[in-house]
Amino acid sequence: MPLGGLILLTSCAYLGILFAIAYWGDKRADAGRSIIANPYIYALSLAVYATSWTFYGSVGRAAASGVGFLPIYLGPTLMAALFWLVLRKMIRISKANRITSIADFIAARYGKSALLGGLVTLIAVVGVIPYIALQLKAVSSSFLILWQYPTIQMPNQGEALGPLQDTALYVALLLAIFTILFGTRHLDATERHEGMVAAIAFESLVKLLAFLAVGLYVTFGLYHGFADLFEQAARLPDVDQLLTLGGPAGTYGSWGSLIFLSMLSILFLPRQFQISVVENVNENHLAKAIWLFPLYLLAINIFVLPITFAGLMHFPAGTVDADTFVLTLPMALRQEWLALLVFIGGLSAATGMVIVETIALSTMICNDLAMPLLLRWKALGLAQRTDLSGLLLGIRRGAILLLMLLGYVYYRAAGEAYALVSIGLVSFAAVAQFAPAMLGGMYWKQGTRAGALSGLSLGFLLWLYTLLLPAFAKSGWLPLSFIEQGPLAIAWLKPLALFGLAGLDEIGHSLFWSLLANLGAYVGVSLFGRQSSREHAQALLFVDAFKVAGRGSSLWRGSASVTEVIALVGRFLGPARAGEAFAGYAAQRGLASSAELVPDADLVHFAEQQLAGAIGAASARVMLASVVQEEPLGMDEVLGILDEASQVIAYSRRLEQQSHELETATGELRAANARLQELDRLKDDFISTVTHELRTPLTSIRAFSEILNDNPELDPAQRARFVAIIVKESERLTRMINQVLDLAKLESGRAEWHTTALDLKEVIEDAQATTSQLLQEQGVELRLELPAQIPPVLADRDRLLQVLLNLISNAVKFCDREAGRIGIAVQVLPEALRVDVRDNGAGIDPADQQTIFEKFRQAGDNLTEKPQGTGLGLPISRQIIEHFGGRLWVQSARGQGATFSFTLPLGQANAAATDAGRETEYGV
Amino acid sequence: MANRTLRAQRLVAVFMLGCLLFSYPLLALFDSGGEVFGIPLLFAYLFGAWALLIVAMILVVERSNR
Amino acid sequence: MSKTVLIADDEPNIVISLEFLLEQAGYRVLVAHDGQEALEAIARQPPDLVLLDVMLPRLSGFDVCQKIRENPDWQHMRIVMLTAKGREVEISKGLALGANAYITKPFSTQELLAQIGAQLAVE
Repeated sequence: MPLGGLILLTSCAYLGILFAIAYWGDKRADAGRSIIANPYIYALSLAVYATSWTFYGSVGRAAASGVGFLPIYLGPTLMAALFWLVLRKMIRISKANRITSIADFIAARYGKSALLGGLVTLIAVVGVIPYIALQLKAVSSSFLILWQYPTIQMPNQGEALGPLQDTALYVALLLAIFTILFGTRHLDATERHEGMVAAIAFESLVKLLAFLAVGLYVTFGLYHGFADLFEQAARLPDVDQLLTLGGPAGTYGSWGSLIFLSMLSILFLPRQFQISVVENVNENHLAKAIWLFPLYLLAINIFVLPITFAGLMHFPAGTVDADTFVLTLPMALRQEWLALLVFIGGLSAATGMVIVETIALSTMICNDLAMPLLLRWKALGLAQRTDLSGLLLGIRRGAILLLMLLGYVYYRAAGEAYALVSIGLVSFAAVAQFAPAMLGGMYWKQGTRAGALSGLSLGFLLWLYTLLLPAFAKSGWLPLSFIEQGPLAIAWLKPLALFGLAGLDEIGHSLFWSLLANLGAYVGVSLFGRQSSREHAQALLFVDAFKVAGRGSSLWRGSASVTEVIALVGRFLGPARAGEAFAGYAAQRGLASSAELVPDADLVHFAEQQLAGAIGAASARVMLASVVQEEPLGMDEVLGILDEASQVIAYSRRLEQQSHELETATGELRAANARLQELDRLKDDFISTVTHELRTPLTSIRAFSEILNDNPELDPAQRARFVAIIVKESERLTRMINQVLDLAKLESGRAEWHTTALDLKEVIEDAQATTSQLLQEQGVELRLELPAQIPPVLADRDRLLQVLLNLISNAVKFCDREAGRIGIAVQVLPEALRVDVRDNGAGIDPADQQTIFEKFRQAGDNLTEKPQGTGLGLPISRQIIEHFGGRLWVQSARGQGATFSFTLPLGQANAAATDAGRETEYGV
Repeated sequence: MANRTLRAQRLVAVFMLGCLLFSYPLLALFDSGGEVFGIPLLFAYLFGAWALLIVAMILVVERSNR
Repeated sequence: MSKTVLIADDEPNIVISLEFLLEQAGYRVLVAHDGQEALEAIARQPPDLVLLDVMLPRLSGFDVCQKIRENPDWQHMRIVMLTAKGREVEISKGLALGANAYITKPFSTQELLAQIGAQLAVE
């Protein structure tokens, strides 16, 4: 009875059921009542690891190498024990950083590097395409075999089909459409597909039941249990070889390398990462998966050897491909329903893998390959587009279709040369290249972007050379001599015995060289390179994921506008979804709406996470940078906040810093206060001195006025004497007041200056004339020593005269009582004029030579005879001379007289200009 | 939390036991081609060890859950 | 016998006015132009009252006041301090050092005489 129509009907019905489950799963997820939120579903979905390779291929490999099929499942079993350590950390890191794929993970770890994300995507795509081809091959050949029922005929033997007659093409297209419907119905920031996970879990159940059904039928229906089966099988030729590993160490080596390889694959296959990390709802589900998943693997493998032996016993050697025993045994035994169930089981295994793998890869292609390129392509103006969610979905759908077709092409070109298992191992070896960058990134802070780039590149190239190219050669794309003699007949370059390394199997050989180079380059380049501060920050976030939960935002410093950020996220997620996300975020923080949000680091971090889900971490950073004014992150800052992940240290360091700053500020304040107090004291002193100086003449004036008033009978001579004192003291008081005001004006810069070009000689002669009366009274002789020609100087005539008068009257006061002599000399220096006013008096103590220029300080304060004067003349003179740009000083020794000297610079065009300016500003 | 690190350590121990069981030289002991209860020795050993590991994992995970 | 008053001030015109006022009031007047001179004058002939300016050259009024009070023979000598700096501190300091009264410049001649009279009447 041919099954033709029934196969198609059942297949369609089965796919329909899957779709219904997925649809229901999504609906429930939207309603908040997730059906996948339990550890059993999670563990079952992990069994996406078991593909048609397991379903059909295990038996094939067992027929060739006995227990040799087992390492592929023992590795994951061993790794499951480490799930709690490793996978939980991957989940924690990914949740905290909104990582949606392996490419994203590696890119984010090494400073959100778009280049690295692209490279990982490329490796994943190139590496996994053979694996997808394998599924297509399994589905189409199982379909073709079952189609022939009840005849058992191997498909494609000798006949070349055009693509349009090729079932595999239709399988590929059907699966592409199915995956697109499944995985890209809408865009979600978390990149989670609850419905798909539910369907995958269901598929895991179906393929397990189907396989167990065949196993039970064969073992207990066809034979009388395991013992009977093995007893009969013992009669098979060469059966001993299948039940031992064989003696030489090489076999143990290959056994070990396969266990190791599959340990890495369970973590780093894109679909495993998708299911175990991205789709994980609750990291505690992992606990149950630790034993449920190995148990599943054990269950699906327990009947592999019985089925293999049964097949070998049932079919004459060489007539039926061992890869098809699972299907052909029930067919040969006329168990059409069982055969149909097996076909559906195989379909489950294949579709499950293809769906998850292509969704995972399409996310990577979109986020880590297409978007970074498109966003940098300015001509497209993508950065300005308002809603990119449609474009994102389009890219993903295109990527799924493309992957499926690539898988088909590979299948057509190379598929026939390899058994199912061998194709799968090529892919395993490719994704194993992620191990150093991934594990190093999770446990080693010093791993750098450059290290990861070089390690991945080298590992990938060696994988390409030692595994993929030989596969091409075997498929006839390259000459076979490439394998047998090496390129250009260079023996040590033989791809299957690189550098003469022989004795390992293909996989072991490739794994050794590629991982050696990969790990070596990763560690070496990392150790001899430097991390950027962003890389370092990310490294700490990843390695210390369990210690620093959700601290990412603290690394951001800058400013942004809330509306801009929301609009940006809206362009990728769609405005409605973005609005919802931010409203939820606002509600979480107790705000009424997203309008009340503050554009702080947390908000930007949240936005980056949302974007990262849609377009990947690296692109998200680029996009956010366009609306966010980010301040460069200094190494010290990063270290200060996160170094060694010790927030306590950072906190105390910050406190220390703050208290240090506070101390500094207090110190400055104290100093400023002291300065103010000093100024205050000086001002007080000045006022007190001024009042004292003013009170002295005032005292005389008042006393004599009262005396005159109270004694009208005073004799005229005495009366005249008293009145003269009053007049003199009044003059002194007036002079003093004028000088105090004058000095105040000079000091505050409000004095008026009328600067002109002066002949100094005239001014000196003028001063001599003015003081002639005084000189005569005191009997002092004034001698001038002036050169014939004096160049003009720029100065205020009245002010200069004031200085000269002051110096002359000082000299008069202090010169010798009996034979007073004063000399005024002028010298023309290269850049200035120098005026000396010399007396022959008692001289000035060196101690007093500075103080006489201070206000109200007079030489001889401690002398019996109090000198005349206000004590302001010299300070005023010095102010004036300094204003002209010159200097006023005194040279003297006790008993040698004193010489007051000042200079006036020549050619003061500049000073004149400023004075002119000041005149207009303050001029009357 | 102490419970969790203890669980992780026990699981690492299970992992190491598994590595030991599934590799040379222990593997070689059972690679002699004999049989137990009619089942090939290596086959029985591998699946037995595998089951043992799973039981150990169940014990570690489920017991530390209480 | 009329009382003796020593005027210690460095401002000649103020000394002239004080001399005139005190002589007119019937006191014997001695004059010193600085602190050292004042102490010498006191040692030579202890007056009944010293009219002591604070801002004296060579030895300040405060120092003179302190020296007078250090000498047990001069405990009854009246000291009236004169100062142009009318600040509270200066007054307190003077009184603490043993001055009997304080007069700020410029002074009212009537008040000055009244104060001196009062101080000398206490005895």
